[in-house]
Amino acid sequence: MADLVSHPDEVKVVSKRFGKSATNIDRYLELDGYKAVQKALGMQPDAIVNLVKDSGLRGRGGAGFNTGMKWSFVPKQSPKPKYILCNGDESEPGTCKDRLIFEHDPHSVIEGVVIAGIATGSHAGYIYIRGEYRYLLEIMQKAIKDAYARGFLGKNIFGSGYDFEVYWHGGAGAYEVGEESALMESLEGKRGIPRIRPPFPAVVGLWGGPTVINNAETLASVPHILLGGAEWFAKLGPPKNGGTRLFCLSGHLNRPGVYELPMGYNLKKMIYEVGGGISGGRKLKAVVPGGSSCPVLTADEIDVSMDFDSMMKAGTMLGSGGVVVVDETTCMVNFALRIMKFYQHESCGWCIPCREGTDWLKKTLTRFHHGGGVKKDIDNIQYLSENMLGRTFCPLGDAAAMPTISIVKKFRKEFEDHLEGKPCPFEKAGVTEPAAVLA
Amino acid sequence: MKFSDQFEARFSDMLTHYPTKRSVLVPTLLYAQDEVGYLSPDVIHEIAQRLDLTELEVSNVISYYSMLTTKPRGKFNVQVCTNIACMLRGGEELLDHCKTKLGIGHKGTTPDGTFSLEEVECIGACSWAPAAQVNYDFHENLTVEKMDKVLDEYRKN
Ligand SMILES: Cc1cc2nc3c(=O)[nH]c(=O)nc-3n(C[C@H](O)[C@H](O)[C@H](O)COP(=O)(O)O)c2cc1C
Ligand code: SF4
Ligand code: FES
Repeated sequence: MADLVSHPDEVKVVSKRFGKSATNIDRYLELDGYKAVQKALGMQPDAIVNLVKDSGLRGRGGAGFNTGMKWSFVPKQSPKPKYILCNGDESEPGTCKDRLIFEHDPHSVIEGVVIAGIATGSHAGYIYIRGEYRYLLEIMQKAIKDAYARGFLGKNIFGSGYDFEVYWHGGAGAYEVGEESALMESLEGKRGIPRIRPPFPAVVGLWGGPTVINNAETLASVPHILLGGAEWFAKLGPPKNGGTRLFCLSGHLNRPGVYELPMGYNLKKMIYEVGGGISGGRKLKAVVPGGSSCPVLTADEIDVSMDFDSMMKAGTMLGSGGVVVVDETTCMVNFALRIMKFYQHESCGWCIPCREGTDWLKKTLTRFHHGGGVKKDIDNIQYLSENMLGRTFCPLGDAAAMPTISIVKKFRKEFEDHLEGKPCPFEKAGVTEPAAVLA
Repeated sequence: MKFSDQFEARFSDMLTHYPTKRSVLVPTLLYAQDEVGYLSPDVIHEIAQRLDLTELEVSNVISYYSMLTTKPRGKFNVQVCTNIACMLRGGEELLDHCKTKLGIGHKGTTPDGTFSLEEVECIGACSWAPAAQVNYDFHENLTVEKMDKVLDEYRKN
């Protein structure tokens, strides 16, 4: 459904079957499908974990944790069943890549889940897909059914003696459910309120059993690592950042789209060459490099390598692969406000700094944007955000605070330009709503 | 309370997927809503009974998830994304246009029950912004003109 794009700099690994009818299981088999699982069945579990570790594959859900390392935390012996949970809640603003994987290559996700299972001694996996993605849930349901019919799932898979069940699960609308512990709560039929860690899911997860939670793209990368080898995958990117990434280019670009580029691809090149530059030849103002939770970069800060470590050094994050490009005509106060509106709406309300902080910030930013701001609000916005950092049960509080702090710091002048009754300098006359002093 | 055969088949199947009955709750609620139109007191009662939960427990879960509703919506629920990627490409103007055209606001329903309207958060169509969903169908790279056509198509059905 969603349009596919391409660019010569792309290195197609996860996307190599896109547009090739690989939802059809026979076609998938022709395109090397289910070979990796069979290979894994002949390997020692530890060897699989080490292979994935050495490949430098890091979590594509946002945090960038080494996947093999995560798997190694699962205890070998467990009185309770162990589980694999694929995170397909994809709701981080700016991110639309898992959608393409589910749409074009659902079997690769199933394969990744089974391999993670073999590596950790688990016998069941769940693929959680957000409720809005109903058509993708249907594609996945069919893919799972087809795999069962061939004996690729269920008892004695591929005649190996190993049993592995894969189940689908649909959500019903909630960003916070993408957070790993809230995801488990949701799968257990509850409100998506996070769990306190430790214990970590690898030790105590779904129904109390050890659980590996990985993003859909992470899992879809795994079969390619098994077939291509750790060294090949590692070398696609800079050290410790193996492989490629599906970058979702959006915003004020001439050629937005989802492109698979090597880890460490230069952001400036990504914007100006892959994405075709800024629409209408306008100037770049800011970039959200990895979904709305990441601190924004200014136009002067984009000559950076898009890998987890370089982005950290640049004071931001690689995040979920959502690159949102913002041009000179955009009001950054309004931009910050829209981001805060989102986090305020999605906060589960458990911790006070997040629940109250996002609400206050939304109100302050709304008033400010509509010309009802006073000078000390600017410092207050920053102070409030800084005091949310690290003081919450889950990272949503940080996710709301980080972009806000960066926007206030880097675009302070735009806040000043809104001060004391001045209309928003970026809005056309008459467009702004009347100033609400205590909205 | 009577659901379709497909619902029942899926429900029985889902029950075999998990070690606890309760785990089927969220997807089951959404499937029930798709059939009935909303989560009426009858639906809540029925599902609570089937899963050995109290109605309060079920309502508590319903109130958490943005797609679940205890109030009837229009036949076509128009969900316009105004989150950042869509906002930059005219998502807010699109929402305003829908408000004017349909004569309803956020979470409103037209008097004839054909359309309801909702401003929604990111729906995973950022690279094809601005985007909207009508029920489960995605509509992408929208303009005001395209949106008009989309709405007219639904109105005909
Ligand atoms: C508020 C919040 C929302 C999240 N949403 C998602 C999501 O939609 N998809 C996802 O894969 N990870 C999401 N994450 C990250 C998960 O908690 C988790 O780190 C990830 O699924 C682990 O998989 P990975 O190691 O393969 O990245 C979210 C985290 C937070 C704090
Ligand atoms: S940080 Fe926010 S979303 Fe996370 S647990 Fe606390 S209140 Fe809930
Ligand atoms: S921001 Fe609108 S679909 Fe992602």
